[in-house]
Amino acid sequence: MVEARRFPIGEPILEVKNISLRFGGVRAITDTSFNVFRHEIRAIIGPNGAGKSSLLNCINGIYKPQEGTIALNGEVLDKISPNIVARKGLSRTFQNLALFKRMSVLDNILVGRKLHMSANFLEVAFRLPKAVHEERENRAKCEEIVEFLEISHIRDTPVGRLPYGLQKKVELGRALATEADILLLDEPMAGMNVEEKRDMCRFILKVNDAFGTTMVLIEHDMGVVMDISDNVVVLDYGKVIGDGPPDEVRADQAVIDAYLGVAHD
Amino acid sequence: MTDFLFFIEVVVAGLLAGTMYSLVALGFVLIYKASSTFNFAQGAMVFFAVLAFVGFMELGLPFVVAFFVTIVLMGLVGFFTERLVLKPLMNQSEDTLLMATIGLGFVLEGLAQAAWGVEVRRLDLGIGDFPIPWIIDSTGLFISALDLTAGLVAAVLIIGLALLFKYTKMGLGLRAVADDPGAASSIGIPLGNIMLLVWTAAGIVALVAGMMWGARAGVQFALVDLALKALPVLIIGGFSSIPGAIVGGLIIGASEKVLEVYVGPYFGGAIEGWAPYVLAIFFLLWRPEGLFGEKIIRRV
Amino acid sequence: MNSNFLFMGYTRSDVINLVVVLAVALILIPLTIESDYWYASILIPWLCLALAAVGQQIVMGYAGQLALGAAGFMAAGAFACFNLILRVPYMPFPVALMLSGLIAAAFGVLFGLPSLRVRGIYLMVATLASQFFIVWMIDKFGWFKNYDTSGIITAQDIVIFGKPFTTPLEMYLVVVVVVAVLTILAINMTRGSTGRSWMAVRDMDIAAESMGISLLRTKLQAFAISAFFCGVAGALFAFTYLKSLEPVAFDIKLSFKILFMVILGGLGTISGAFIGAAFILLFPVVLNSLGNNVFHGAIDATIISAAEQVVFGALIIVFMIYEPLGMTKLWENVKQRFRFKREPKATLPKPQVT
Repeated sequence: MVEARRFPIGEPILEVKNISLRFGGVRAITDTSFNVFRHEIRAIIGPNGAGKSSLLNCINGIYKPQEGTIALNGEVLDKISPNIVARKGLSRTFQNLALFKRMSVLDNILVGRKLHMSANFLEVAFRLPKAVHEERENRAKCEEIVEFLEISHIRDTPVGRLPYGLQKKVELGRALATEADILLLDEPMAGMNVEEKRDMCRFILKVNDAFGTTMVLIEHDMGVVMDISDNVVVLDYGKVIGDGPPDEVRADQAVIDAYLGVAHD
Repeated sequence: MTDFLFFIEVVVAGLLAGTMYSLVALGFVLIYKASSTFNFAQGAMVFFAVLAFVGFMELGLPFVVAFFVTIVLMGLVGFFTERLVLKPLMNQSEDTLLMATIGLGFVLEGLAQAAWGVEVRRLDLGIGDFPIPWIIDSTGLFISALDLTAGLVAAVLIIGLALLFKYTKMGLGLRAVADDPGAASSIGIPLGNIMLLVWTAAGIVALVAGMMWGARAGVQFALVDLALKALPVLIIGGFSSIPGAIVGGLIIGASEKVLEVYVGPYFGGAIEGWAPYVLAIFFLLWRPEGLFGEKIIRRV
Repeated sequence: MNSNFLFMGYTRSDVINLVVVLAVALILIPLTIESDYWYASILIPWLCLALAAVGQQIVMGYAGQLALGAAGFMAAGAFACFNLILRVPYMPFPVALMLSGLIAAAFGVLFGLPSLRVRGIYLMVATLASQFFIVWMIDKFGWFKNYDTSGIITAQDIVIFGKPFTTPLEMYLVVVVVVAVLTILAINMTRGSTGRSWMAVRDMDIAAESMGISLLRTKLQAFAISAFFCGVAGALFAFTYLKSLEPVAFDIKLSFKILFMVILGGLGTISGAFIGAAFILLFPVVLNSLGNNVFHGAIDATIISAAEQVVFGALIIVFMIYEPLGMTKLWENVKQRFRFKREPKATLPKPQVT
């Protein structure tokens, strides 16, 4: 990162404060706080069961944490649900793929444009100019995304028939289509081979560079994460045990003990 | 005082009638527990079983023989269902399985009518549908002998099944299969046998329920619609709970009678047809997993 | 791709299909078919039930909500239409038809509310409540039936702009126009952002919500529109086919029939509603005429109706196992194979291997 970034890292865009989440008696997350800064690529790492996905699900409003607050763009979200959070400019992908299986690749990505399309069902039913116009514009946008992700050849295939790696790409495309300020990517490279991983990294960097999108990604592969992220949060047993630039985190004794140490055993 | 007695009478009649719903619901629960399948065909099985039973009786078979022949027949139904419907649909979504069992219900209804015709049959179990004199004498309540018998039979069946589930090796296997069919079969639990057994048990329950209902209202197609009421019962009790089926049936039975007698007249009567469903909706909004069901946490 | 769009986002083949279908329905059929039997007993009920099946398709095939109460909404539409024409002076039939649909839609929203909390069989039971409640309500309150003592009332004649439409052919034309217009609207919705939201909710509700789709709005909208279609279909069915109206004509059996049309025809396709309706309606006719003509009545009518049930049930199972997307999908497969043979150079998309 020598050359100047088009979108330099700015003020906090997402503030997680003292979040605690329990399922019955099981503590998934305990008193977790950290900030994500505008335009940065942020990784959340940690061993299996450290609460990474649960944390993302809290931010996105799928799980309701018992304690703590989440602020987006400086505004504390009190009534939090996935659809409200989406309207505030946050989009995401899912760990175990959550695509619309029977819909085509292009239609999946078009769903991501939902918030940019305002024609109501009557306008759509009667194909009034507004509906036709916005359909055409948003379709064109999605075609661009499809091309950008190099998946034009499968644009009309139902996603359920695609191999895993391509589905992951489609999901990224759908998240990109929202043009959200901040993207949460839950293990975007899980189950991919080296080449696919390299591709995915390239796309993530490209998007960040081209649109200044803030990225929060969960990843298992330490090497990948250290290379592309600006800052890293390390979770263990639902607690933050490290937060900072990759090099700092890598040198942190607590992190080495909890995560790296185990990994190198 | 007579008003209160009358109320008690209504409630008791409702509770006893409710045991019949419980019986049908019990069949649903058995199959749901073993295979996570909502067996929509349970109502059709009630109709099929009792029609077959009456048919065998008409052929001149004695009561007991007809009863056991019908049980064997229900076992066969279970066998073919397992082979032809459930096995090919393994690992499909719940909705797909549900629709397949709706199809199964139609097949059974059609087969029953093709084999035994559509006219209403009388079924005489030797138990009258009239109040028992000694209960009138001692308490002043008018309670039908048939209702009381149905209640007792239901109680015996339910206790028997509950014990079977809890304390036998087979019951343990059954619960293992319900939890994870793949894992269960990999440790040597014979999946097919267990399914066959469960469907046969559900068939027996269906037969008994059909006999009770048939004795009261005649053996006829309308039984299928009556059996539909087991669905609200299940929603109230929870799909996976035997006590739930019982309590749900009692709640539906009692409340539908009470509503019909005390609220019905204001609306022109016959609200029994929909009251259980509306009751179920309120339960759904309040406690979607049912009174005894396990709370479902959807993981993402 | 975009160059293929002729106007309003329709492609060339869309327009050709539409013109062909309308030409057949409005010109070819009226010119060639003279028998009233065909109009009154086959074409009219087919189109009416297909329209109801489109409604069922919207809520179940597109929005993925397992609802079982189409006949209840049809009843609401039918009796609403009867009462509107009876009680509102100068009420034009097309307006009454629209309003009937809207009244049914209101019921749709009301009984769609449980879909916000439950799914699958739970929802099915909740929607059964609407089926039983609506039919009971019409049955119990004499007002709906104009206090007719027999309980069976006769639908009024259809009059549009002063012209009565009373012969089977005339009524058929009315039905065709209404069904065609509503079907086009349905196709537009399913192809546009409205339908995409429904399907997104069907395929993966949590992801849909994360893309900013409100589950509440989308589900209730699907229920309302579905009930609207059923309501209009019910009114048409009553006014052009049944003629004499009684609530029991809209019992749970009809709801099951419409459910079967959608499942057998193919979930998630508008054409599936029409194919399914044709099959469910025609199969008994074929079976009956087989019984009469081939076996010369040697087979009992009971057996025939029982056989019909067995076949429908068995087909549901077979389709669930082998082709959950129904007859439409089968037809597409056949077409694809045919096309492939004719043009061996056509490139089929390569199967993706992981």
